[in-house]
Amino acid sequence: MDTSLLARVSETEWHLAQAGDMRVPAVIFGDGELLAEMDDKVLEQIRNVACLPGIVEAAYAMPDAHWGYGFPIGGVAAFDAAAGGVVSAGGVGFDISCGVRVLLTGIGRGELEPLKLRLADSLYRDIPAGVGSTGKIALDAAAMDAMLRGGARWAVGEGYGRAADLERIEEQGAAAGAEPDAVSAQAKTRQHDEMGTLGSGNHYLEVQEIVDIAEPAIAAAFGLRRGELVVSIHCGSRGLGHQIGTEFLREMAIAAPGFGIVLPDLELACAPIDSELGRRYLGAMRAAINCALANRQIITHLTRRVFAHFFEAASLDLLFDVSHNTCKEEWHEPGGKRRRLFVHRKGATRAFAAGHAELPPAFAATGQPVFIGGSMGTASAIMVGASVRPERAFASACHGAGRRMSRHQALRHWHGRQVVDELAGRGIIVKSPSSRGVAEEAPGAYKDIASVVEAAHAAGLARKVATLAPVICIKG
Amino acid sequence: MLRAEHFAHAADVGVRGIGPTREAAFEQAALALSAVVTDVAGVAALEPVEIDCDAPRGELLLVDWLNRLIYEMAVRHMIFGRFAVTIAGTRLHAVAWGERIDRERHAPAVEPKGATLTALKLEQRPDGDWLAQCVIDV
Repeated sequence: MDTSLLARVSETEWHLAQAGDMRVPAVIFGDGELLAEMDDKVLEQIRNVACLPGIVEAAYAMPDAHWGYGFPIGGVAAFDAAAGGVVSAGGVGFDISCGVRVLLTGIGRGELEPLKLRLADSLYRDIPAGVGSTGKIALDAAAMDAMLRGGARWAVGEGYGRAADLERIEEQGAAAGAEPDAVSAQAKTRQHDEMGTLGSGNHYLEVQEIVDIAEPAIAAAFGLRRGELVVSIHCGSRGLGHQIGTEFLREMAIAAPGFGIVLPDLELACAPIDSELGRRYLGAMRAAINCALANRQIITHLTRRVFAHFFEAASLDLLFDVSHNTCKEEWHEPGGKRRRLFVHRKGATRAFAAGHAELPPAFAATGQPVFIGGSMGTASAIMVGASVRPERAFASACHGAGRRMSRHQALRHWHGRQVVDELAGRGIIVKSPSSRGVAEEAPGAYKDIASVVEAAHAAGLARKVATLAPVICIKG
Repeated sequence: MLRAEHFAHAADVGVRGIGPTREAAFEQAALALSAVVTDVAGVAALEPVEIDCDAPRGELLLVDWLNRLIYEMAVRHMIFGRFAVTIAGTRLHAVAWGERIDRERHAPAVEPKGATLTALKLEQRPDGDWLAQCVIDV
């Protein structure tokens, strides 16, 4: 990225002044190296976001930002309905509520070693992953609507998981305001046999070892102990969310001129929050959030069943579940004034700090866990919402390492078999139905997660708590 | 000239179709979409699926066409290898031929989530060929 247009206000914060059609400034977080590596498209896209009606304070890009659709991946922006603010289907993306949850196993790495291969085989067999995989749960129309209203609460009610899980999911397992009637028949059809499936691409289920602790008190409060294993599940709202994104992106792109909205990029398709279209999208998007929460809840249940076969005492308690691609209605205090805002996080994680009123009781004193996913050969990280005042970027943090190489380039560098063998040599078992998919997701295709985590920490977006190293990876 | 190809996008894949007519460019873009998932040479054109779309602008018709294919692939668990497209005004009618996806034989790499409006282009080039492209979220 050409940083000559930016003012560097600290080691990890860069400002693009408000100019032209921009309604607010743009802020990019990251150190000099991360910004040098970022695509120029990130700057172009975050500048475009700053032009949208009703945007508040600034348009933000996280340290893992990369070229997305309309919004950069790693983009955060908040809008005020009372100021003509918009909700953008492009600002949420296709994989609505794609997110990560982490389960604590209490199992030491040494206990796993003799069972590692068999556990990997069982997880691969029982967790549907990859293109064309189907779940065993087919929902009729009434059950589909109940799932879309109830999210993980619906799933627990159906026997997938435990009531205690709900205390450790954003919105206690169900987004309010979901409108199943705003979800098209096509979107519901697309979801018909996809409940409890991981999907493909960068989605995964990983067994990971806690290899480093940066903040012992927070790690202890989270139940993280060095040398023990956790399970991370990364997936989203599957076909239902993809279809909702597709349909509303089109509808909003066509409708925008009628609202007097000039779109600097068609992919920023949006509608006023206080419009029929805006409200209908919010209802459908919240239903998709619930679909993602139910999906991760079902996969949690399947994972626990597999683990119980090998480790009878392991309860696999849920640490937390975070979503990455959302628009959520939240209270914030931009400029010291308390306002209800619609915060878009596109490839970014909510990172509420200790004491935040919307945190579950378990995290009231610590702040919420924030999960930064790595690639299948590199570390992942657990962070915690940082208590800085004023809060940064509407209490948001990064979500992953971010790609440094396209899928196309990755295929020219690696073969799937070669990646699997190399990782096996390092003690990491990768199971995937697609050799090409593995090559496209090769660890070398991703940026160094450590520098992303360090930048988020230094910028006050979130604080480092623990580092995780992959042991078993089930890829879609 | 008929050409189906991919172009780079940081996280996803761009698909591009080039052909002597708009219809041919749409067919080639569809082939490029299938190639995101698997090697299209290995797809048998066994079962026809009819598709109709209507959009106010040519570019949106391209996005609708690719999104309908993604939808049919998802709900029928199919992969397509041959296409016949006709366009009249704002309407597209097409037949896509393909087969049920076989995870062993097709080894599908990734599932397309949706055709985006990013790098969206439908244009006639100076050499007379048509170019149809956009980025696919995978």
